[in-house]
Amino acid sequence: MENLQVHFAGRGRILDRVLARPVAAVRAVDGIDLTIGRGEIVAVVGESGSGKSTVGRVITKLIQPTGGKLFFAGRDVTSVEGFSALRSYRHRVQMIFQDAYQALNPRHTIFDIVAEGVRSLRLVADDDELAERVAGSLSSAGLNPPEDFFARFPHELSGGQRQRVVIAGALAVEPELIVADEPVSMLDVSIRAQILQVLTELRTQRNMALLFITHDLPVAWSIADRIAVMYLGRVVEVGTADQITFNPRHPYTIALSKATPKAHPATASEAISALDGEVPSAARMPTGCRFHPRCPVAVDHCGKEDPPAVAVGPNHEAACWLLTK
Amino acid sequence: MNSAFPKAAAAILEVVDLSLDYKLANISLPALRDISFQIHAGEAVALVGESGSGKTTTAMTVAGLLSPNAKVTSGEVRYRGKRLPISDEEAMRPHRWNDLSVVFQGAMNALNPVQRVIKQIAEPCSLKLGMTRDEAMRRARELLELVGISAERGAAYPHELSGGMRQRVMIAMALACHPSIVIGDEPTTALDVITQAQILKLVTRLRKELNLALILITHDLSVVAESCDRVMIMYAGRIIEDGDVAEIFENPRHPYTRLLIESIPDPTEGKRVLKPIPGDPPSLRNRPSGCAFRTRCPSAMDICAVEVPFLEIEQSGRVACHLYSAGSQEPKVKSNV
Repeated sequence: MENLQVHFAGRGRILDRVLARPVAAVRAVDGIDLTIGRGEIVAVVGESGSGKSTVGRVITKLIQPTGGKLFFAGRDVTSVEGFSALRSYRHRVQMIFQDAYQALNPRHTIFDIVAEGVRSLRLVADDDELAERVAGSLSSAGLNPPEDFFARFPHELSGGQRQRVVIAGALAVEPELIVADEPVSMLDVSIRAQILQVLTELRTQRNMALLFITHDLPVAWSIADRIAVMYLGRVVEVGTADQITFNPRHPYTIALSKATPKAHPATASEAISALDGEVPSAARMPTGCRFHPRCPVAVDHCGKEDPPAVAVGPNHEAACWLLTK
Repeated sequence: MNSAFPKAAAAILEVVDLSLDYKLANISLPALRDISFQIHAGEAVALVGESGSGKTTTAMTVAGLLSPNAKVTSGEVRYRGKRLPISDEEAMRPHRWNDLSVVFQGAMNALNPVQRVIKQIAEPCSLKLGMTRDEAMRRARELLELVGISAERGAAYPHELSGGMRQRVMIAMALACHPSIVIGDEPTTALDVITQAQILKLVTRLRKELNLALILITHDLSVVAESCDRVMIMYAGRIIEDGDVAEIFENPRHPYTRLLIESIPDPTEGKRVLKPIPGDPPSLRNRPSGCAFRTRCPSAMDICAVEVPFLEIEQSGRVACHLYSAGSQEPKVKSNV
């Protein structure tokens, strides 16, 4: 991805519309660069309104970016549209949504749900091959023995099993990249680890790349090779999972990591510290660095000019004036 | 350190052998079984469990906010030594707000969308404390300042406030009538990490300033570690472990608690490889016989399928597991945390 932008036209107030006043664009994603290698797991971490889900939707081509370029396997796919072109793109890039209750058609059997992508992309020659493919996907997603699930309906499954069915559906078309938007945040703690394990195994077994969207820094650390931290439509810091977790450099990443409750009280030496204030609206973007109104270490310059991303270590970049010298 | 066990001071809240069923057309679903605990003034206790564990039902029973098909089959709840009429909507009324109040998860649903928030905070003051309009509005302004919102913002409608601000309004309302117990039902679950930290900080400060007892219901053990003194872990309608927070994280006794802690990624411990708990939590419709956790438990024994383990006093807390019951001398597994 290069300088990717998604600006939604704001609806504005009724008065603005009546008077045909120009409406400020909602800059959901505003100039981000991000790469995902083959077989790599990249986590995008951010709070609500950071644009992290929008990034996932652009990559899966559910939303057309307003600027910038999207490359897949070296090809520019930014302007790919139309039924057949999108069909072959979706063969290679699949998405897993947060809410497995809504992602599954309640009146379809598990077999039909998992087979849907394979059938519509016409990936198999006959029914035997289809059954084999569905069984293989269910079992990779941890639903064993797979045949037991074929004739069942979503309401007969638990939340964790449903999320596995969603994963199996994405797997069945054998994509090269899966975009998972908060796939575990609705699940119970004991089930969460199961799903994270399934997703990690997919990379090992199938060399699949994964873009994992989450608000939870420890979860991101546990699954990802690299983490990109987003704030108000920008990537403010990107680095390896360990760099971001143990050596965060951007003041926002530091604040995020301090606000994350420590799982172990003995290590929670410093009391939870919280930034003041709230994420501003993307329709009224602060000038200069977007984080400066809440930043505990902001200097005058921060309100004037947007900081560029600078290298702060090997494969580790952050966009903050204090880090440029 | 707060010990889980009887103190000299009398408990402010006692739950004794509480069992509760949800009645459906022709079956009864066992939601709670033999729940017993005490809470002292100023103590912060977390009720932790997965969906269906009974944590919310326990708290709602205490608050007398049971759904019509819930039936208390045994036990009672006492407030300052007196029995609370938990099944009687009308009779509970004098206790709600004044003695105990609840902060719900979805502040957007709990607030009236077409009334300014300051009026919503003033309402319990005039209804329950018999204040005049002016007094109630003055109290509401004080409460807003107390939760870190400027009194002028009180003129806003709920939709004009962010999720964190709405949750602060909910907290202000809960404190309106000087309760001694506040029940928080997943109060930070819908919030972002930084906002969650702000709210937890606020709750901890208020709790100390006002000497409130807090019952925090959550599925998130890591929230507990920072904001509570004591934690009770629930599974399939029973309390399976109860003890000091630091103690439980350091030395979890029940296999479920141990696995639950192991399934949380923890960078500070370098714990990247997660050990998932196999299987799913049992539904209300088919609870396993004996110990409900045995079907997922790595240390299950024959007796676990036959007998329900009692919640027994074990060192500084309580644990319900046959590994520690009187019959077996030595625990069969060593806790490896």
